[in-house]
Amino acid sequence: MAAIELRGVFKRFGPIVAVDGLDLDVPEGICLGLLGPNGAGKSTTMRLLTGQALPDAGELRALGHELPGDAKAARAEMGVVPQLDNLDVDVTVEDNLAVFARLYRVPDVGAAVDRALDLARLRERRRDAVDELSGGMRRRLLLARGLVHEPRLILLDEPTVGLDPQIRTQLWTLIDDLRSHGVTILMSTHYIEEAERLADEVAVMAKGKIISRGRPAELIAEHAGRETAEVYAPPERLAEARAIAEADGLRVRPAGPAIAIVGSERAGNGSVPEDAVRRAASLEDVFVLLTGEEAE
Amino acid sequence: MSATGTRLRRLEPAAIGGVMSRELANFRTYWRGTTFSSVLEPIVYLLAFGLGLSATLVDEVNGVPYVQFVGTGMVATAVIFSSALPAMFGTFVKHRFQNTYDAILAAPVDVEELVSAEMLWIGVRASVYGCVPLLVTIGFGLDPAVGMLLTPLFCLATALGFAGFGVAMAATVAKIDQFNYVTALFVTPLFLVSGAFFPIDELPEGVQIVAQLNPLHQLVELVRGGAFGYEAIDLVRFAGLVAFALVMWRIAVRRMSARLID
Repeated sequence: MAAIELRGVFKRFGPIVAVDGLDLDVPEGICLGLLGPNGAGKSTTMRLLTGQALPDAGELRALGHELPGDAKAARAEMGVVPQLDNLDVDVTVEDNLAVFARLYRVPDVGAAVDRALDLARLRERRRDAVDELSGGMRRRLLLARGLVHEPRLILLDEPTVGLDPQIRTQLWTLIDDLRSHGVTILMSTHYIEEAERLADEVAVMAKGKIISRGRPAELIAEHAGRETAEVYAPPERLAEARAIAEADGLRVRPAGPAIAIVGSERAGNGSVPEDAVRRAASLEDVFVLLTGEEAE
Repeated sequence: MSATGTRLRRLEPAAIGGVMSRELANFRTYWRGTTFSSVLEPIVYLLAFGLGLSATLVDEVNGVPYVQFVGTGMVATAVIFSSALPAMFGTFVKHRFQNTYDAILAAPVDVEELVSAEMLWIGVRASVYGCVPLLVTIGFGLDPAVGMLLTPLFCLATALGFAGFGVAMAATVAKIDQFNYVTALFVTPLFLVSGAFFPIDELPEGVQIVAQLNPLHQLVELVRGGAFGYEAIDLVRFAGLVAFALVMWRIAVRRMSARLID
């Protein structure tokens, strides 16, 4: 049974179509990265799965429960880690966890809090107010709060957005542990590295639809080939190099101050400048080619 | 069924209790200030209005010493200020600035349970604070009476209604500044024509009719009934407060559902 099944789901906000006929299956036990630019419909999809948004059309199931009618029962078995920090800042770490253990009807609240504290590595700070914690500790606590009832499915909405690289790496280790324990994870992100590092499969989302899906290596092979050549040069030379590569049927994308000629292993003689920097094709190449957006 | 095998129904005590436990955890961090002002305010009011006015302008109202008249009336002001205002501002801040409700609604709690729990918490708290002016007035010479034991119940029914009103307003306004309109148009007039500081039977007939529809006035009458003797009509007054609470509850649930669920 798939942990999540979405069929032809639409969600509009006035004239804006946030989710546009979305079909999505997430098998149990995998981490699926929902990768897309801001406004792609990732957060709306998450809210549809918790019943906090109601679909205009389509069928949704989570952990066998029909949504939105049976959303409350579905939420009892899933954990949600939001994009924004919504901890109670004046309250202690352990009380933040205890409140959610009660909301999730955990029979032994004390044991659940201890387990979550260990997961977040915050046992020594249990009696401190959240306000006294560092940004990384707060983020770990937010993750532990979503796991306090040992859910079968976890929705991570941009779990590391706005965090510095060190904290991000700490969280990735925690998420990696969950994945290795067989928990199903749906993680929305617009960080390429996060999706590459954590996701078994990646679904690229743009304008409310999944436009491509597969294992990172498969997506790269399918859309970007084996190799990308980056050309660093003044703007007029970049324009010239771009025109030559495109005339040879190659796909070219902007890459900050440079251009990236994707699939450069297929280039004919002279299609790629000799001073181009050649590297293995990446998920970032796929993301930019498919969505037309700069990657982060 | 939930993860723990419990069937999930409407208005589950576990969900309501869970939300209230969050309020209690937060309350433990700020109860001193709130309690201090709740006790000090009636003392200041009684000194200023009660002793000040009774010494110079009004000695008694309808045979009741003015200090005791104001003291029993202040139960109603304590209730509205510890229910409608916290419900308005607290709900708005938790929804718009702290994103607290997003976190709670991601758990197996629905909007009806969330609103009910918020109203219950505010109602219970306001019913406790509402009794403080009565206790202070006893300190100022009001004779204790058995009928006063029902005061927390009257306060609870009224506070639930005003908590629902506050939640509904929080779900309606677009900006926090707009509470100024709500306060000026509803809270202050209700407070002034409640009969807490002067008897409403001195007011023009039209205002008296409106005052009869004011839940705060009914609360004032019930509290004074507890202190000076109940009348048969007090049953109708209490039924009116219960109806007010029920109507406001449904309006609050409806308004918050529209605000919280996309």
